[in-house]
Amino acid sequence: MNNFSYTQADKAKDATAAKRDDKSAAFIAGGTTLLDLMKLNVENHGQLIDVNLLPFRGIAMTKDGLRIGALERMSDVGAHPLVVQQFAMVSESLLLAASAQLRNMASIGGNVLQRTRCGYFRDTAFPCNKREPGSGCPALEGDNRNLAILGTSDACIATSYPGDLAVALIALDAVLTLENAKGKQRQVPLTKFYLLPGTTPQRETVLEADELIVAVTIPQTEMARKSKYLKVRDRASYAYALVSAAVGLEVQGGVVKGARVALGGVGAQPWRCFEAEKMLVGKPATEATFRAAAEVALRGAKPREHNTFKVEMAQNTLVRALSEVAAA
Amino acid sequence: MSQPSTPAPRNPDGSRRTFMKQAGGMLGLALAPPFLAQAERLTALSKKVAGVSTISLKVNGTVRSIRAEPRVTLLDALREYLDLTGSKKGCDHGQCGACTVLVDGRRVNSCLTLAVMSQGKEITTIEGLAKEGGELHPMQAAFLKHDGFQCGYCTPGQILSGIACVQEGHAGSEAEVREWMSGNLCRCSAYPNITAAILEAKGKMG
Repeated sequence: MNNFSYTQADKAKDATAAKRDDKSAAFIAGGTTLLDLMKLNVENHGQLIDVNLLPFRGIAMTKDGLRIGALERMSDVGAHPLVVQQFAMVSESLLLAASAQLRNMASIGGNVLQRTRCGYFRDTAFPCNKREPGSGCPALEGDNRNLAILGTSDACIATSYPGDLAVALIALDAVLTLENAKGKQRQVPLTKFYLLPGTTPQRETVLEADELIVAVTIPQTEMARKSKYLKVRDRASYAYALVSAAVGLEVQGGVVKGARVALGGVGAQPWRCFEAEKMLVGKPATEATFRAAAEVALRGAKPREHNTFKVEMAQNTLVRALSEVAAA
Repeated sequence: MSQPSTPAPRNPDGSRRTFMKQAGGMLGLALAPPFLAQAERLTALSKKVAGVSTISLKVNGTVRSIRAEPRVTLLDALREYLDLTGSKKGCDHGQCGACTVLVDGRRVNSCLTLAVMSQGKEITTIEGLAKEGGELHPMQAAFLKHDGFQCGYCTPGQILSGIACVQEGHAGSEAEVREWMSGNLCRCSAYPNITAAILEAKGKMG
């Protein structure tokens, strides 16, 4: 790991100003992604700005929904009674991710900024358009088993966000609060936060250089309560998703009144399935309905040599998740 | 990772085992400056650290100081600067759990933790578990009884993680232990015995 200077910020403005003034700087909270990538030389930073003393903590219900401070840790949020009882898929997405150790360390703000596990991105011996724009993408014809089938481009087929939490957040219309070096805050829905790779896979989110994630707010709905995060992976625990589904349903008299559906592991970014949701509403909550919605959700998928299995796996995962939520 | 600029002096006979036996006494005499009690907060003067600086770490109840760069991880600080080599470096990327220690009672991967960010916190390593007379922690005793290891490399991390697993209330069944211990890999695959040890220790940890 190359050397860096370390700054401990105790005011948000100090942190964001330090970041604005030093293009080589990065914020550090849990450090679980950042230090991993710095050890691999995938990321190099001249300065790390420690944001852990900033007051972006707390898990509380507000008029806009559940507000979670960006510095809360995955383990604490996943086990919080409000999250467990009212936002089941959020709790499950957190507790099925990583390991107990990493969940104790990793912050919510850092989690949504996780970076891809694409092997070519993580190995500096290879070209990678995300790491070195214009250098090429060996994954297109290479080892692409774990990579995306929706929203990809000729420049990048990575699952840019490989994790779980943001899949649940994007399904539930969660909103990020960001703060910049002028002290100005703005709200950005998760559905507008991530950028598709297109020709600029190095740009992953709309976060500006001097912006810090302050909190995430999740609207409280019946679909958030009656929900599930179903994760399919190569081993029983402690692995990234091959495919995951975050689903929430509101069912009255056997008919779907509202649906929230997102997929992980298959999209270039956390993948909200608006078309599938539209299709579910007003239909009987049966497996046939869920199967039809799952087919719509994967319409347009562009699998590559080693990940064609993901199309069917994602459909089956969605059907199972929807069936289990409907039956619960 | 470059060589540390000021490595802690090695014990004369170079024996880790001898050092371990003496460690309790040596730690008690450690030359430490007054500990900064203002939780986690550096002094105003040292809010920005570049290059080598003094880093004070409270390990197993004793404050010790090292001179190290910000890039030094807690794991390297323990092993290379403080001669506490019980915590192991496996993958160095948070994937194997061999480096697991407790920080303020919570299990973390010390390989992905910076020493400079660990100041003002209570760090517990495998060396801090046994009582002064040598009586083992119930988790250590249970690992011995159930043969919860083969080569032993992952064992310190397994034991620290196992203690946290019990304290968190995640050792209710074999399946629960397996899920909540999944961050600690054992290449010898001693998992059945590790699981049995944790379930037994659970009954003996007060």
